[in-house]
Amino acid sequence: MTLRSLLKKYRVTLMMVVIFVAFLFLFPSKAARAEKSLFDQLRTMFLVMPPIFVLLGLLDVWVPREMLIRYMGKGSGLKGTSLGIVLGAVAAGPLYAAFPVAAVLMDKGASFMNVLVFIGAWSTLKIPMFLFEMQSLGARFAVARFLVDVPGIFLIAFILNKLLTAEDVEKIYSASHNAK
Amino acid sequence: MENLILYSVVTVLLVFSMIRDRAKTKKALMKGLKAFEGILSQFLIVLMLVAIVLAVFDPATISRLLGAGSGFMGIMIAALVGAISLIPGFVAFPAAAELLRNGAGVTQIAAFVSSLMMVGIVTLPLEIRYFGKKAAIGRNTLAFAFSIVAALFVGWMVAR
Repeated sequence: MTLRSLLKKYRVTLMMVVIFVAFLFLFPSKAARAEKSLFDQLRTMFLVMPPIFVLLGLLDVWVPREMLIRYMGKGSGLKGTSLGIVLGAVAAGPLYAAFPVAAVLMDKGASFMNVLVFIGAWSTLKIPMFLFEMQSLGARFAVARFLVDVPGIFLIAFILNKLLTAEDVEKIYSASHNAK
Repeated sequence: MENLILYSVVTVLLVFSMIRDRAKTKKALMKGLKAFEGILSQFLIVLMLVAIVLAVFDPATISRLLGAGSGFMGIMIAALVGAISLIPGFVAFPAAAELLRNGAGVTQIAAFVSSLMMVGIVTLPLEIRYFGKKAAIGRNTLAFAFSIVAALFVGWMVAR
């Protein structure tokens, strides 16, 4: 990659760096918090993202398209949906880490409904998070939230799936192919 | 702990893949690296944005907005704050517990936790890149509405 194309790609990022530094100088009372949270998040990102992307590469190379379609494609039924839930629930990392995984799943032929269920499960059904939530906010709180979240994930996926036309979904799938 | 499991699983898979086929493994790593580099610039933008937002919404401000007596307005504000912030659960849960001890309402905290996990306003540009405008905005809107319903349910269950 040439320096020129690199600059072009990171133009907005550089602008954001300028804004961030300006914020630090303009609001010195908030600067320490902003810096701390940036470094905390950078640490999380560089800790969580590398294994996720290695996993993505392995998934891409080893899992044949036909196999993923069989397990998570249209007509995979309850099996595909359950797999979506389980994959999301055992995941680690913030929700934004789920998007590239979803892109690979779509590219491999997983049905849109199953991808939506996967995203929903990743966002709020993560098992390690659930255990921690139980510990800090109490069993009643965590269990009640878990109970209402399961139907909620299906409801959101169902409505969203109905809301989008076949053409919309087609576009998302071709974009996911290019994003890789 | 979460990360330890993640790293162990990936390492085992990687070693397995290496034994089976070196060339394929190399290809997998290159693909992963390329995908990571492709999204890196946007990630960095989002992280800086989040850092600024978090610096503005400090815990004192949050707890003032989420008091138990804040009613439905408090629930809405809680859900909104959750939607904007991007705090990892390991930080958010103890913070939420602290707020509860300091008189914040259960329903408000449930709204905050739910929308924190399901809605991501600051990560919306990233989500749009993978899912397009319609699906990304649709999912976040539905998840926001659902967070309110979930909060009312949790509040009711805990109060029983």
